[in-house]
This record gives sequence, structure tokens and C-alpha cells, in this order.
Amino acid sequence: MTGTGVGPELIRLDGVNASYDHHLVLEDVSFHVHEDQFTGIVGPSGAGKTTLLRLLLQTLAPVAGTVWRAPDLRVAYVPQLETVSWNFPITVFECVLMSRKSGRLRPWASASEKASVSAVLDRLGIGNLGERHIRELSGGQQQRMFLARALLRQPQVLLLDEPTSGVDISTRHDILHLLADLHEDGVAIVLTTHDLNGMATHLPHLVCVNHRIVGEGTPSEVMTPEVLERTFGARMDVLEHLGVRLVVDEAPTPFTPGEKI
Amino acid sequence: METLLEPLSYAFFQKGLLVASLSGALLGLIGVYIVLRGMSYIGHGLSHSIFGGFAAMQLFAAQFYAIGAGLWGIASALAITTVTKRSRVGADAAIGVITIASFALGVALFAKFGTSGPSFENALFGSILGISTGQIVGLVAVSILTVAFVTLRYRALLFSTFDPDVAAVSGVNVGRIEAALMVVLSLAILATLTVIGVTLVAAMLVIPAVIARMLTDSFGRMLAYSTLIGTLCGLVGMYASYYADVPSGTMIVLVGAALFIVVLASTGGRGLRRSAGLDSHVENTGLAPVITR
Repeated sequence: MTGTGVGPELIRLDGVNASYDHHLVLEDVSFHVHEDQFTGIVGPSGAGKTTLLRLLLQTLAPVAGTVWRAPDLRVAYVPQLETVSWNFPITVFECVLMSRKSGRLRPWASASEKASVSAVLDRLGIGNLGERHIRELSGGQQQRMFLARALLRQPQVLLLDEPTSGVDISTRHDILHLLADLHEDGVAIVLTTHDLNGMATHLPHLVCVNHRIVGEGTPSEVMTPEVLERTFGARMDVLEHLGVRLVVDEAPTPFTPGEKI
Repeated sequence: METLLEPLSYAFFQKGLLVASLSGALLGLIGVYIVLRGMSYIGHGLSHSIFGGFAAMQLFAAQFYAIGAGLWGIASALAITTVTKRSRVGADAAIGVITIASFALGVALFAKFGTSGPSFENALFGSILGISTGQIVGLVAVSILTVAFVTLRYRALLFSTFDPDVAAVSGVNVGRIEAALMVVLSLAILATLTVIGVTLVAAMLVIPAVIARMLTDSFGRMLAYSTLIGTLCGLVGMYASYYADVPSGTMIVLVGAALFIVVLASTGGRGLRRSAGLDSHVENTGLAPVITR
């Protein structure tokens, strides 16, 4: 799986600063998304990971620096599951269909739209769940549904905010393989994650963020105690198991049962 | 059958029945978006705000009171949206200040100068007496406009109601859709004000939509059910108003409330589960378009 991005450039941030209410969240960030990219953005809570996504999505304007996007670029976004209203009256089919291209004046789906939605649901293995309410799906199925909604737009770039947050190990593997397949099909992927061992270490390219870009490269290049300490502000040890880097907390002192904390 | 046919021999009742059922359908349709967006309070606020404009127009050009009140309502809706977006004041507080102040102004103007249009009591609680052809034409026009808006902008309305952040990055102009919805809501309230009354319009925006939500998990079906339930409330409420000799608005709302209890009892826990947290989607991830340099 490649992913460091050497193909044509799709999005470019140059020397970007971003702030909310005059509070600087990201400073001097330069970040490029290429056609064959598969990148994980890692960092602690509040480090600016989602802000970086917002800059890529162009829903946030920088206070300094420039953002460039290839003309007519198709970008799709998959939100965090925690931010979704699961009680909203909507079926899986209706949810996926809502991202169809605008222009059709009738509210109901055309035959070709129905076929497109069915095809993308089948591709993601949830073709039999179209009439279910979104609340009735498992975490993995919910993530697949939002991927289906994003894929209906036939994106060149797919941005995902914490796609494995709150899902079990098996679902996390499924999502990772699914994203790898999409990347193989030519979709550039950028995602945020705080899951270093379950997600980040399996990605081909990582960007470590803590209000600025602290490190960038393959997992073996950036998952080092030095870069992780600069990113997370805490000492961590890095082990290697079957060629995969694993991060462990460097606990200050062992805890003894019965000891007052 | 006699019970149904006898009131129809009166022209005022025929007009009232048409207007009440159309009002119920209109508020039921637009109410789905209001309830799912967690904007029930804005319906309440706008109806009171429009009352202020309604009273103020009596002073200047009573014959144009509908236009004046409509503009007043739209201005209030846009003011609420602007204040909420550009300051640290929450939507509920902005609605409370802007619309209730407008209502208080209306009450003061009515008390000081009186009215040459509908009476104070009719404006508050609705009346089927004296509905003019102009009002019917206005209601039909607003209903057609609303159906056209909901039909032609179906996807954008649904997407921005369910997930405004992702809608924004998927090519939906969320700000424009919200502003258009506010305008349509203001016009719908204005058009139904004289039948249902200022104080009861908000109830008819909410009740049919909540009942519909208890009956279905599909957005498309919820729109259809809510419209039908609103129509039914208008029809049954008008007959009840005629026979009980009480204002039409109160009976329309009471029919809706009774239907709510019946559906709640028959759907039990499933209905409650569906209608719970109807407005919880408004939690914003902060991805919606913002901000200029």
C-alpha cells in the first residue's frame, strides 16, 4: 500500500494559520494532498486535527497562508459517528441518497439513482439494510453507510474524522481494509485518528499535529519516542512486533494495589 | 351525516373548513422541518412577533396589515438568525428577546390605538368568522409556494436538516436554505394566523409533526403523515368549534392534542423512543462554513 503522495496535487495548504475567536489553533501549516495519498493525521485532543480537516474542506478560511484546490475537485467527508442524530427519521437508503448530485427537481429517486444507491450499498456489504432505520445498524454498519453516502459522490478525495472512534476491533479491521480498497481504486484518503496502535501504525503515511506539524512520514519514521513526545507532550515507548510499531505509555511508577492514589 | 352536512349550509363554515384544513396541512408540512431542526420555540416566537407587526400596521395602513406583518415576521426571523450567528447569544435567548418584545409592542399598540382589522381576541385565538376571499387566496398562494419549496429543494432541506456540516461540504448552501425556510415559515404563520390565532399556531407546527414521527422512521413518510394529520386536525377541529361554539384555533389544537394522546397510547414505547430527542441533531461539529479572513 503506497500513500506518501507523489501523484498530481489535489489540495495544497501553504504556511496556513487558523484560529477561532482570535485563538490560534494551527500555525504555519503546510500540507499537500496528492492523488495517491493515504494519510492519517494524529495528535492529542485539541491539537488541531479537525481544524486541519476543515481547512482541507474549505469550511474554514485561514487567517494567514493560502489554500489551493484543484479545479472541480470532488471531495467527500465522513463525520464522526458521535456527532450524528441517530433518532432522526431516516432509513439507510434515504441517508445515502441525500448526497446525490443536486439538479433533480423531483423529491423521489429516479431509477438510475436507486440503482446507484443499491450498487454502493452492495459494494460495502450492507445492500440488504436499505429499509432499516439508521439507529438499527451496528457501529460498523453505520460507518459503512456514511462511506456509502460519501462514495455516491464519486470523490477524488475522501476525508474522515475519527472513522474508528467507538467501534470494536473487528469493525476497525473491516474499516481499515475498506479504506485500503478504496485507496487502491484511486481515492486519496486523509483521516484523523487518536488510535495509534489500532489505526495509525497500519497507515502508509502519518502527519503528527500539535498546533503545528510536528512530524511527517511513514510510521517507522514518525512513531519514535521523540516525535511522539513532541506531539502528545508525554513520554512513550515504541516497541516493534512482527514489523509493526506499537506505542506504549511510559508509566511514571507502578501502581500497588491498596496504595492511596 | 346530518351532523356533517348541516354546518356546510353556511358559507362562512365552508370557507372556514377550507381554510382550517389547508392551514393544518400547511403547518403540518413545514412543522416537520421545524421540529426536526429543534426550532419549535422559533415557531412560537415568530407567531408572537408577527402579532407586533400586525398591530403596528393598523396605525399606518390597516388594509396592508398582512404585508406589513409578514415583513415584520421575516425581519424578526432574520434578526434572530443574525444575532445567534454573530454573537454569543443563544438562539433561545435571541428568540425570547426579539419576538416577545415585538409581541409586547403589539399589545401596547392595540391597547392604545385599537384596531380596524381583526379584533385583539380573534388575532390571539383565531376565528372563522369574516374570512375574506383575499385571505383564502393568500393562504392558497403560501401553500403552493411551500409545497414548491419543499419539493424542489427536497434534498437540500433534508441534508441541511439532518447533517448541516456535511451538507455544506457536499454543495448545499446551508445558509441560504435556512434563510428561505425562515421566510416560508413566516409566511405560513401569517397566512394561518387569523384562523388558528397567534398563541396556537406554534402548537399546530409541532403536534402533527411529533405524531407523525411516532408513526414512522422514514423522513418521506413523516412529511406525508404530518401533512395529513394537520389536515385532519383542521377538519375535525372546525366541526368541533362549530358545535362547541368556541374559537376555531382552540378546537383545532385540542383535536391535535387528543390525537397525540391516542397515538402515544397505541404506539407505546416505540412511539416514545422515536419522538425522544427529536432536536438532538443540532449539536454542531463546527464544520459548517464560516468565516472570512
